[in-house]
Amino acid sequence: MAVNTPLLEVENFNVGFKTERGLAKAVDGVSFVLNRGETLGIVGESGSGKSVLNRGIMGLIASSRVVETGSVIFDGVQLANQDRQDLWGKRISMIFQDPMTSLNPVMKIGKQINEPIRKHLGFSKSQATERAIELLTSVGIPEPARRISQYPHEMSGGMRQRVMIAIAMSGEPEMMVADEPTTALDVTVQKYILDLLRQVQLDRGMAMTLITHDLGVARGRTDQIMVMYGGRIMEHAETEALFANMRHPYTEALLASIPRLAHAKHTRLSPIPGAPPDIVEPPPGCRFAPRCRYAQQQCITESPAVIDDNGHRYACFYPVGTDENAEALATNQARGETATGLKIGPAPSKTDNDGENG
Amino acid sequence: MAGSGTAHLRDKDDVILRVQDLVMEFPAGKGQVVHAVSGISFDIAEGETLGLVGESGCGKSTTAKAVIQLPIPTSGSVLFEETELTGLSKEELRQTRPQLQMIFQDPIASLNPRRRVFDIVSEGLEVWGSGGGGEGSFAESRVEEIIRAVGLDPDQTRKRRPHEYSGGQCQRISVARALVLDPKIIICDEPVSALDVSVQAQVLNMLEDMKARYGLTLMFISHDLSVVKNISDRVAVMYLGKMCEIGDGDLLFANPAHPYTKVLLAAVPDPENQHANDGEVLAGELPSPIDPPTGCRFNTRCPHAQDICRTTEPQIEQVGDGDHWVACHFPLVS
Repeated sequence: MAVNTPLLEVENFNVGFKTERGLAKAVDGVSFVLNRGETLGIVGESGSGKSVLNRGIMGLIASSRVVETGSVIFDGVQLANQDRQDLWGKRISMIFQDPMTSLNPVMKIGKQINEPIRKHLGFSKSQATERAIELLTSVGIPEPARRISQYPHEMSGGMRQRVMIAIAMSGEPEMMVADEPTTALDVTVQKYILDLLRQVQLDRGMAMTLITHDLGVARGRTDQIMVMYGGRIMEHAETEALFANMRHPYTEALLASIPRLAHAKHTRLSPIPGAPPDIVEPPPGCRFAPRCRYAQQQCITESPAVIDDNGHRYACFYPVGTDENAEALATNQARGETATGLKIGPAPSKTDNDGENG
Repeated sequence: MAGSGTAHLRDKDDVILRVQDLVMEFPAGKGQVVHAVSGISFDIAEGETLGLVGESGCGKSTTAKAVIQLPIPTSGSVLFEETELTGLSKEELRQTRPQLQMIFQDPIASLNPRRRVFDIVSEGLEVWGSGGGGEGSFAESRVEEIIRAVGLDPDQTRKRRPHEYSGGQCQRISVARALVLDPKIIICDEPVSALDVSVQAQVLNMLEDMKARYGLTLMFISHDLSVVKNISDRVAVMYLGKMCEIGDGDLLFANPAHPYTKVLLAAVPDPENQHANDGEVLAGELPSPIDPPTGCRFNTRCPHAQDICRTTEPQIEQVGDGDHWVACHFPLVS
């Protein structure tokens, strides 16, 4: 395939789960493009659809109770409704949150790495072992020759996640899906693993999607960030552009809710009021409207389309930083509540927007 | 780091809890011993929040449980107000426990799934004989008041069971359950680690509100330094069963004196972390608590380690003239 085509093109992708109450639309009309060698951070709260989106792309959730529509083109080939097994491990790899349950507890580490090497690259057993030791060295595992004859329980969580990365790298894939790879790990180990992933990704020119609930994790380790909420894209931009020029109220609220090291102790936090939307019967307009302090009548009745503003995409009628946004906030402050009935304080400043819900 | 000493203990009248030279060891078979906590000392003043940070396996949860004598520590002293808890009989300990409550990491698993939420919250009062009496009684109105205070609707809690609430709401229920007994101290073991950031902020604000409203003293354990910075007055950093650094949160985070604190700070994924680029990457793996390193326990991974660090354990000393203490032979600030 031509090198200048994007590696992954996802167009109007939907994933629904059939439930007793109706279809739960976990992913709703998501489109994005991932170029070779780029890292895309996918950020959102629990239930935002970020994991389902990636599993859907990988073809991991096909079932009679799952409705998948839309187009997924990987390296020029349409994957939708196709069996994707021959891509797994060889062209697209995935690493998961929990490094303990991702490894086979009764199989030695060496064998678990050798298996995909022999399968994908056709190496002999001794060649594969040599390669396994190389891979373990490259992910910073000390004494790799000894480690290959150990079992997963003899290693720490961080070490096991490094083994998972080594396994994921073994087939020399063009793309890696990393689903919350560090959530179960300590901060120091988290930093090590994230830096390691970024390094192998840059060294090998591999593309990557990094799924995380933490905007701080995504910053500095991604080229672009896509923020999801209730199965939809809220905002999608190059990483620095997103932080410098945040447009969506949800992204703003998400960032404001994180406690910061730079703030003095007992600084009042700004939680996002309310709870995530019901994806079986989502709000008819903007999914975030019931929790948004800028919400107007239009946000309740109409669903905002994703606007592309010179590569900075967002779905909002009153984007942050515009006059419309300031007006909307002033209107809501004057009446003490948003159009959806969310109570807001009369004069919150930019740094002190305490959206309490009791 | 990873040192001992009691220089940082305060001689104040309002100290409500004083832990001195706490040691907690567990048998590990074959005559081996896990040195989970090895000579920790700290105190908490009334109305204060002490944050306890460190990585998995540093002994922070063991320390918290040792405070409420679960199990009784191997040695050392836990002085709560005027009472030495380590010497109490079973019944005396039981009588003391309402004043020391604990909430845990997994909000859903720590609530009985088969009981209604209102009953879960009021159970403590029933056990202590101040419950019962049915609707309109003192106990009933106290439970209602507290459920309302943590942000839930008492009428709904009469009908619903824990699975009908979200993770954040279940953590509110856990807090309510701790509050009904009118405790002096609440020990929070990673109470927001399982929650989304937006919900985490709700629960942290609620804890601050409850602390002010009911005059609580908190001991707050977390591996997340930003969370600990936000909620704590004083912060203690632990490594492999030892205290590294303790002091006023603002001082400690602005000028970490212990090399380990600096490494921890550098790893925080705060998008505007000012320490992000000045921390060395931690070399090697956490040593086994069965056979911890001699001298300073951090010496095997410390970028500044010298010979003395391998032979002599550092004692806690003051940094500058503020409330800032460190156990290190070569502190980064002095």
